[in-house]
Amino acid sequence: MISCSEAVRQLWEYIEEGLDPRDRGRVDEHLAFCRTCCGEMEFARELRSFLADRPPAYLPPELENRFNRFLTDLDSKEAR
Amino acid sequence: MAVTDERVRFQEVAREQLPWLFSLARRLAGEEAEDVVQECLTKAYRNFDDLRDTVAAPAWFRTILVNCARDRFRREASGIDETPLEDVSDYSLYRTIAEEDPWPYSDSVHVDFLQSFSEDDVWKVLDAIQPKYRVPLVLVHMEGIPTRDVSRMLGVPLNTVLSWLHRGRKQFEKELWQYADRSGLLRERKESST
Repeated sequence: MISCSEAVRQLWEYIEEGLDPRDRGRVDEHLAFCRTCCGEMEFARELRSFLADRPPAYLPPELENRFNRFLTDLDSKEAR
Repeated sequence: MAVTDERVRFQEVAREQLPWLFSLARRLAGEEAEDVVQECLTKAYRNFDDLRDTVAAPAWFRTILVNCARDRFRREASGIDETPLEDVSDYSLYRTIAEEDPWPYSDSVHVDFLQSFSEDDVWKVLDAIQPKYRVPLVLVHMEGIPTRDVSRMLGVPLNTVLSWLHRGRKQFEKELWQYADRSGLLRERKESST
């Protein structure tokens, strides 16, 4: 039976179905009796969504103006 | 690039990419995001001939931006003594929240904890992570790029990316807690719930 530390190390790959069947079976076996690691796994799912579901890309207008000026000036800078 | 049409085409393509390029740069390079985007635009302009099909523009700009950010981190790291970081591989934010129980009346303290972070807070937490670990964390978990592609993009073996990801996630967990404690997020929520 793998330890909690080993199980936690593999949880994200487990969630993302990146483990090979043998390692997946070992994590399953551990989760079947370890309540703490089941909690770790649920929290890893939450954290994964938290990272992935960030607000859409936003460019503040003042920065948009600065980048547009930069793009316009780029040609003359590079030609020097 | 002497042809005016090409110059105009570059500006059009680049402008379309700006919002998410800046967003990615903000996550990768924090306060230096604007400089990183400008470096990326300059390199992209010089090599625009390499972009054959504008459909590939997002991935093409993204690779240039990631390289610009990494070059900057390397320059900043040179000359600085690397002090070994505290080992965070066994840190657990899940256990810390359960043990500290910041909001005893909450039925969903772990979810509530994550929901107390604004986007600005997340940027600050990311800033505190070592760049080596921050870059794969952002690319894989925030940008949704497969680990194999990140391994190719960074020029390191897949196992190295997986190991950096594990450390990056653990550093992120630890920094979330420390940031919440330091910045008063835990206290604010406690006060608003009473």
